[in-house]
Amino acid sequence: MEFALSEEQEILSDSVKKMLSENIDIDLLRNHSKGDEGIRENIREIVVEMGLPGILISEEYGGSGLGILEASLIAEEFGRYAVPTPWIGNSVMAPTALAFKKGNNLAEKWLPLIASGEITACVALTEAVGKRSNTGLELNNSKVSGTSIFAIDGELNPRIIITAVDQELILIDTENTGVTICEIPTIDSTRPVVEIIFDSVDIEIIPGGEKAIQKTINVGRVLLAADILGASSNMIEKAVEYSLERKQFNRVIGSFQAVKHMCAEMAADLEPCRSLLWYAAYAQDNIDEEADLLSCHAKAHLSEIGQDVARVSTQVFGGMGFTDLLGMHYWFKRIGLSRQILGGPEKVRQEAAKIQGFLS
Amino acid sequence: MDLNAGPEYVSFRKEVTNFLSENIHMAGKARTPVRPSKQELEWQKKLIDKGYAARTIPQEYGGFGADSDVLKSRIIAEEFSQSSIPLGMANQGISMLVPTLLELGTDEQKKSWISKTISGEVIWCQGYSEPGSGSDLASLQTKAVDDGDDFVVNGQKIWTSGAQMSDMMFCLVRTEPDAPKHKGISYLLIDMKTPGIEVRPLMTMTGHAEFNEVFFTDVRVPKSQIVGKRGEGWYVANATLTHERGMLGDPNQSATRLKEIIDLMQEETFNGEKLIDNPVYLDRLMKLQARVLSMSFNSLRLLTASHKKSDAKMAKLIVKLNGCQLNHDLAGFAIDLLGELGTIYGKSNHDHGSGKWQWKFMFDLGLIIGGGTAQIQKNIISESGLGMPREPKPILEGKK
Ligand SMILES: Cc1cc2nc3c(=O)[nH]c(=O)nc-3n(C[C@H](O)[C@H](O)[C@H](O)COP(=O)(O)OP(=O)(O)OC[C@H]3O[C@@H](n4cnc5c(N)ncnc54)[C@H](O)[C@@H]3O)c2cc1C
Repeated sequence: MEFALSEEQEILSDSVKKMLSENIDIDLLRNHSKGDEGIRENIREIVVEMGLPGILISEEYGGSGLGILEASLIAEEFGRYAVPTPWIGNSVMAPTALAFKKGNNLAEKWLPLIASGEITACVALTEAVGKRSNTGLELNNSKVSGTSIFAIDGELNPRIIITAVDQELILIDTENTGVTICEIPTIDSTRPVVEIIFDSVDIEIIPGGEKAIQKTINVGRVLLAADILGASSNMIEKAVEYSLERKQFNRVIGSFQAVKHMCAEMAADLEPCRSLLWYAAYAQDNIDEEADLLSCHAKAHLSEIGQDVARVSTQVFGGMGFTDLLGMHYWFKRIGLSRQILGGPEKVRQEAAKIQGFLS
Repeated sequence: MDLNAGPEYVSFRKEVTNFLSENIHMAGKARTPVRPSKQELEWQKKLIDKGYAARTIPQEYGGFGADSDVLKSRIIAEEFSQSSIPLGMANQGISMLVPTLLELGTDEQKKSWISKTISGEVIWCQGYSEPGSGSDLASLQTKAVDDGDDFVVNGQKIWTSGAQMSDMMFCLVRTEPDAPKHKGISYLLIDMKTPGIEVRPLMTMTGHAEFNEVFFTDVRVPKSQIVGKRGEGWYVANATLTHERGMLGDPNQSATRLKEIIDLMQEETFNGEKLIDNPVYLDRLMKLQARVLSMSFNSLRLLTASHKKSDAKMAKLIVKLNGCQLNHDLAGFAIDLLGELGTIYGKSNHDHGSGKWQWKFMFDLGLIIGGGTAQIQKNIISESGLGMPREPKPILEGKK
């Protein structure tokens, strides 16, 4: 037994970090938020070149056959750099859904294309977690109609959409007629989410039923938590860095105890989250009976701590934190979006209670 | 990451659960800050014999002598906390002095003290703080003067937990008055029955006297009772303080407490509704559960790091700050669950067990302060963990 990252996992995480540090900076995030579409394609190319989209996909389908923990380590780095590229839906939730039942036709057909980066997959499971008014899908004669919002990874003309209707996971090939995708303008400009309108579209059922839906949501939650972990770590790191440069009263502000204590509190709150996340991610592949509960706890707890870190670290920057100049708000907002999608903290904690039999 | 439990561990868990179900009647209820009863001493012996306490302490010093095995330690911790049984005796001697002696004591000192300490036969108190030296511990003034085969100690300690029932004290004294403040301190083991020691219990906010003032007047301590060299006491004490901070943030205690709270929520009703069915309380419970789990997993990380002899850095620095606050919050939640009944602190027909929670709520506040206050922990986290600068020294008067 060992509660630590393996050497291979450290190397993976370091190499992703290196790639991101060479390719992503604040100007890029800024240009991306202003609508420079080329950026998405460029980053996507780099991510594909590194073989990342196939991280979870088995080797027989051209992937590298790694697990949710490895995918989370990548998500953490994507969060740290606020990377505008499909990840959680395309490379984690979709492969998890398709591979839930070994060796089915849909897996055989689509997983190789996701692994090679030829296509992207969008995941629309918001309504499976909870439905807002004027949303939801219906099945009529094997055709789906309706609206799904806050779908993940739909920004690069996804070839397939995975969603759920009547307790089944379904797959929609967007080459069929009747699919309209448009971006929803949220606070987070680094990670687009989309609305999808289906107008009597052909579907195929992904085998696995409710269990497959739950598992797909679970891994999505763990990965969102990982993204928050990375984003929060970055905010603390940047705040400490700034506090060692900025001077007031002839001292660096980082020598003021009030500032030190803000930073210490953030670090003390965030550090145990890393252990929680590792365990939750590991559980998804290895401890079936704890997978549901731990994904809830990881998502809810990191949402709370992430929000605190986002607030307090912004304060460390003073007025500069509030402006657009340093761009810390990109992380503030990314954390804000992660907190709400696939279930906000209260919703997810309620599920955690139910899983333990506390709520009927 | 490899949390796989091989068949060896499955049978180990079975062994632990069997032991617990067969022996649960022998266990004391909670870790009490009083001298262990005969029953508690027997229980402790049983735990050491089975390797559930003093697990990695070498057999020659009365321990079980197992290699460190993270998963087995976790299994023991989990099963004990599931049964709401404390993991053997926890006191300052076991948690602080023993690791210090193992690291820095002479062979003679190890042989004399470790075995008697882990068995509960010898109880220790920690004589560090003084009236003028709390957070600024290194400014301590209690003097020890070299006199033949002995040191002669004069001065006063304060906030000394359990001194009134202790056999021995591990104590910081100033042996080199002319050296810089951190370099003039020595670490002595003092027999509390030595003439010249006077212990005066101090009543605390809990209504009990958990700690004391201790006065030293010409107290003779044999020179063989020094741990480390003269003037190295600060270094020795810091080794001990790390262990104290591990003990004070113990996540097993939080896990046990959480379990007791869940039991309480399943038993107690308000307006006929079980507390466990109230969504608002449940939400608070889930929040606390996530914190408890995080700290438990954090401790697994620490165990792995110590096994590999690598520095756990931030994961280690945050334990005392987080653990003590978490335990305090857990007790506060239990009190809220009981509402007005939660304030009962004495004999009453309406007592639903609030006394225990109130005591913990207050005592844990003491622990947030003791052993290095929360603010001092934050200084350490920001300086050692985040690399932020120390407070600039104020300009001393007269030096202007
Ligand atoms: C329940 C309990 C049990 C204890 N048991 C023992 C024991 O067995 N043996 C023993 O030796 N001692 C014991 N102590 C003493 C304990 O270690 C001290 O109380 C503690 O170190 C704080 O010192 P102080 O009480 O002198 O407070 P002070 O040091 O006077 O602190 C007062 C306030 O000032 C703040 N402060 C001080 N310095 C700084 C700084 N540099 N930066 C920011 N804030 C600062 C503190 O955080 C605190 O809020 C115990 C204390 C308690 C409460």
